Amino acid sequence: MSDRVVSIVEKYHHDRGQLVAILQDIQGEYRYLPKEALVKVSQILSIPLSQVYNVATFFKAFSLNPRGERTINVCLGTACHVRGAVRVLEKLERSLGIKSGETTPNLKFTLETVNCMGACALGPVVRVDGEYFGQMSIEKVDHMLEQFKVEWGTK
Amino acid sequence: MRQRLSSVDALEALRQELSQSRRRDKLTIVICHGTGCQAYGCKKVADSFLAKISQLGLEGKVVVRATGCHGFCERGPVAVIQPGDVFYQRLAPEDAGEILDKLLRGGVVDRLLYHDPVTGKGVIKYHDIPFYKKQVRLVFGNNGEIDPTSIEDYIAIGGYSALSKALFHMSPDEIIEEVKRSGLRGRGGGGFPTGIKWESCRNATGELKYVIVNADEGDPGAYMDRSLLEGNPHSVLEGLIIGAYAIGAHEGYIYVRHEYPLAVENARIAIEQARELGLLGRNILGSGFDFDVRITRGGGAFVCGESTALMASLEGRVGEPRAKYVHTVERGLWDRPTNLNNVETWANVPLIINRGADWYRTIGTENSKGTKIFSLVGKVNNTGLVEVPMGITLREIIFDIGGGIKGGKKFKAVQTGGPSGGCLPEGLLDLPVDFDELTKAGSMMGSGGMIVMDETTCMVDVAKYFLTFLEEESCGKCVPCREGIKRMKQILDDITEGKGRDGDLELLQQISGTLVDSSLCALGSTAPNPILTTIRYFRDEYEAHIKDKRCPAGVCKALIHYYIIEEKCPGCGLCVKACPQGAITFMGKKKPVTLDESRCIKCGACYDVCKLGAIGVR
Repeated sequence: MSDRVVSIVEKYHHDRGQLVAILQDIQGEYRYLPKEALVKVSQILSIPLSQVYNVATFFKAFSLNPRGERTINVCLGTACHVRGAVRVLEKLERSLGIKSGETTPNLKFTLETVNCMGACALGPVVRVDGEYFGQMSIEKVDHMLEQFKVEWGTK
Repeated sequence: MRQRLSSVDALEALRQELSQSRRRDKLTIVICHGTGCQAYGCKKVADSFLAKISQLGLEGKVVVRATGCHGFCERGPVAVIQPGDVFYQRLAPEDAGEILDKLLRGGVVDRLLYHDPVTGKGVIKYHDIPFYKKQVRLVFGNNGEIDPTSIEDYIAIGGYSALSKALFHMSPDEIIEEVKRSGLRGRGGGGFPTGIKWESCRNATGELKYVIVNADEGDPGAYMDRSLLEGNPHSVLEGLIIGAYAIGAHEGYIYVRHEYPLAVENARIAIEQARELGLLGRNILGSGFDFDVRITRGGGAFVCGESTALMASLEGRVGEPRAKYVHTVERGLWDRPTNLNNVETWANVPLIINRGADWYRTIGTENSKGTKIFSLVGKVNNTGLVEVPMGITLREIIFDIGGGIKGGKKFKAVQTGGPSGGCLPEGLLDLPVDFDELTKAGSMMGSGGMIVMDETTCMVDVAKYFLTFLEEESCGKCVPCREGIKRMKQILDDITEGKGRDGDLELLQQISGTLVDSSLCALGSTAPNPILTTIRYFRDEYEAHIKDKRCPAGVCKALIHYYIIEEKCPGCGLCVKACPQGAITFMGKKKPVTLDESRCIKCGACYDVCKLGAIGVR
């Protein structure tokens, strides 16, 4: 792991000002921020680990826990909210058996909310990694999940 | 790869060459590739057109152009045929053949046109569609003209001519004077006069100065900055370079939300292309002016839209704001003079330089000049991005452009300004929309979100929604914001759970006053706006929750009950399948189902699934 972390930090020329970007790249690599990676970053950049931890826990984009293969983001922006996004979220929680912010035990899905993904005309909108599912409803949730179960051969 | 442009003449020669090869009489199918249309599958539509074109041997005669967002997201995927400006909507890949056929033989495909909801007639040209008719698309219009990943497209329609004018025919002071005189005010929410900000930054002491594009668009329900940066990144970049020259900065940053990957990508491409052509980097266009830009992705914190928090985050620290007794134009990023403007503000600059402050001043109201892009969303028929002159009324935006309320329901409120704004009632629909009028009404312009709400939206729930949002996004540095929002949220939780008490509203107003007076940044000081405006305009709804323990809109879970409207229920059983609790029992065909309230978790699944309106809520 440490080689990959080193090469990411090198990409940013050991610039401490790029800490957020460095952590973003590490998260892009592992889908979360492993403890060892944070320790390594702190050592290479000579930033106290507490400060790295501070940044890693301040920004919503970061996770200190392993995430699922796919991240399901439910938009809770105002436009989605008034069109019933909470019901869609609750349905996803029931179908996946996890709460928002959690990952399924088989590490397939992580369920998260986002405060607006700027696709308001599609509301309520759900994004699975890069793919958008617009005008979602309780009825459409299971159909959407089926797609990914088929993809994994678990269906 | 093209050669660096080392003079204005070289730029103009390139423009000549490009506009000739891009003559508009070539048949062009312009397909929107904004985020909305992409979600609706516009890429498959474009592929299908390309396949058909090659199948029919039409290469070179018919061109497909992928552009940024056209704004009418409700109707995606959308396409415009040029010449002729024929507007097609809700396209499917199968439609390509029919459209090409008509294109070659004349005529239009009526079923794919926009049909006027009143007359039922198809509208052919896009600017005749009511959604577009009242718009003045100065900043946003070119989104539909160019491929955002092609600097050639941007140059062909006149791009970077404002930059060359600024660099070679204007002094920095003249540019600042022009921007000041234009009356341009910051489009990110605050509405601070842009020219004055530039001037202060120019006059600030320090050799090194910075300019920043704030693309950390965090207001829920607003996405115009996303669409601008995705659809016309060069216009933002051109404004930024002009600003940098006027201010005397040689380094700039574009700070983009990490939720906007396409905006990051298109901005990155734009910067690379501009560098290649010598429009960024050393000695821009041979003028001797050096300037370069970097992109930084945000980390997903709403507060980072605040200038000092954004700068802290750019320095690799947590995004906490600081008190602004020293302004960022004097000491901002790395403690150096820094000028930060929002995406839309920067995109207005080339227009002002090209067409002049006098022209710009003719648009808008006395103290709010130019246009504003709004994201018109929520319970409105035509959702999308609309650009309108300042001073237009809310009614015109929501009913003329937006086509009124979805499903024939009744208008209740419109929320502007995101979590810092407020909810305005029907009585204020004729309010002219500008910075000052919205503030007077208790709301604010904000970055331009306009969320329409109907009778099924609970205003107490909306107020609670914003507090939940702000509680999560408060950085926690100052006490009034951290604690005040938390306590207000607890009070609203109680009210929506039927535990509201007399005096709650007064207490909310009192805490609000403390937040306004003593918060460190605008996140806290404007946080009470959604609560104060809903109390001011929708007090009866609060009172129904507190006194009658009733949610009139049927939203607040603890106060509502679902029931079966027997005379409407044909016993189809859809709701029985949908109910996760097994609370609904099938009683046989053509007999109404029954609902066991003790098992009902009020998830709303039955309500959503029933198309006959046989599930009631009270």
